[in-house]
Amino acid sequence: MIRVEGVGKSFAQRDGVVYTALEDISFEVGRGEFVSILGPSGCGKSTLLNLVAGLERTDRGRVVAGGKEISAPGPDRIVVFQDHALFPWLTVLENVAFGLKQKGMKKKERRERAMEQIRTVHLSKFADRYPHELSGGMKQRVAIARALVMDPEILLMDEPFAALDEQTRLLLHKELEQIWMHTRKTILFITHNIREAVMLSDRVLVMSTRPGRIKKEYRVQAARPREPDDSVLRHIESRIMESLAAELEKVAKEEYGSDYGLENRALSHPAAAHLGDGI
Amino acid sequence: MDWGWRFPSALQTVRAFYDGIANGQLLEATFSSLRRILIAFAVSCAIGTTLGVLFARHRTLDETIGFAVVALQTVPSIAWLPFAIIWFGLNDFAVIFITTIGATWTMTIACRSGIKNIPPIYLKSAQMFGTRRGPSTFFQVMLPAAIPQLITGMRMAWAFAWRALVSGELIARGIGLGQMLEEGRSLGDTSLMLCIVLVIAILGTISDHLVFKRIEDRVWMQYGLKAAKT
Repeated sequence: MIRVEGVGKSFAQRDGVVYTALEDISFEVGRGEFVSILGPSGCGKSTLLNLVAGLERTDRGRVVAGGKEISAPGPDRIVVFQDHALFPWLTVLENVAFGLKQKGMKKKERRERAMEQIRTVHLSKFADRYPHELSGGMKQRVAIARALVMDPEILLMDEPFAALDEQTRLLLHKELEQIWMHTRKTILFITHNIREAVMLSDRVLVMSTRPGRIKKEYRVQAARPREPDDSVLRHIESRIMESLAAELEKVAKEEYGSDYGLENRALSHPAAAHLGDGI
Repeated sequence: MDWGWRFPSALQTVRAFYDGIANGQLLEATFSSLRRILIAFAVSCAIGTTLGVLFARHRTLDETIGFAVVALQTVPSIAWLPFAIIWFGLNDFAVIFITTIGATWTMTIACRSGIKNIPPIYLKSAQMFGTRRGPSTFFQVMLPAAIPQLITGMRMAWAFAWRALVSGELIARGIGLGQMLEEGRSLGDTSLMLCIVLVIAILGTISDHLVFKRIEDRVWMQYGLKAAKT
């Protein structure tokens, strides 16, 4: 469904130095598969999603979705953004119906279709409200409904639940899993939350930073609907945690200087520094 | 020197107000001033929005004429009155002209920055949902997205128009609050003058606070922009 072939992306920084965000990334996502891309912040995972969405162009390699090479954003690949990107001047219903309106669908029909999706995300009571009247979780639900109503082949989710509180997030995980099991959309999910990635996906691709590369791939073979205390999930989670710890140290070293270390070094201990002073 | 008549008492001012209402002069002046400012305001909003959109969308226009507009904005609109008098005469039209000029540049600049500051994510998602470029995107996304800035621009434009109007009316012939103020001066009727000043202040406050500020507050809240407001 989605094929990423040797994709690279660089940005020119202000001082003229070229910064390589992504280097030689290749992976495939099959039809109806739920794949997460996991990595620390700044590893280029959102850039990768933008490339698949067509919001940015690749410098090297290519991205193919549904048999076509991607050159522009389109209604077959809808993105659910972290900050929802709902239009504040439209009501929930109008926001969800916006994409259908662009297709030239009649008002009555698009209202019906939009209402149907709003019901699946449990917001029927709020159809006539404006986004500013909704909580963060509700806004994200509207964004999901707005994507689903277009019936896209592919759903791209860019850290959609990162700004939500824990309870809301757990609830939305359940709902998203149900929606996915029901509709069998191909979902590419970006996150920095290990638990979230493991809970939701069939496969987790862990990215390394600077430059961004796919470091490792984990297949999550656990029963659906997923249970939080499933031992398979716990096991994979701890394995991912280990591989990410190395990445985190690398990032911290670059940011704070090369003397940064996760483990204390014996010789910098004050007692060791003053050893033999009294002689 | 007798200073008494130069500073009207509160009672005299109230009396002047009462007389003005009773003989209809004050109301007539208020209405003709409001008529002028409404015409000028409507025209300047139309011109300002059009120019603002053009500047926001076309870089070359922005860097040439757009820069001139910024320069023009620093010129007090009353400075155009001598020209207006030569072109149109000392009449209504000249006053409306400089009132329009007073408001147009502010509106242009507000509209330009409003369109330029649209969060790119709105345009991206519109494109993703298949909105065609051109008028379709403009009316469905860009214009509504720029509404908060436009409202703020209108509020400022109204204030500028109000200032330009009164200064224009002071000089031009005809009926209006400015003219009445000038009339008061030539008659030495300071109570009438103070009364007019108060009427101007009250009208200004009502229009700004009860109309523009309310709309502005509501729109800014709806767009989730409560913070950056003055």
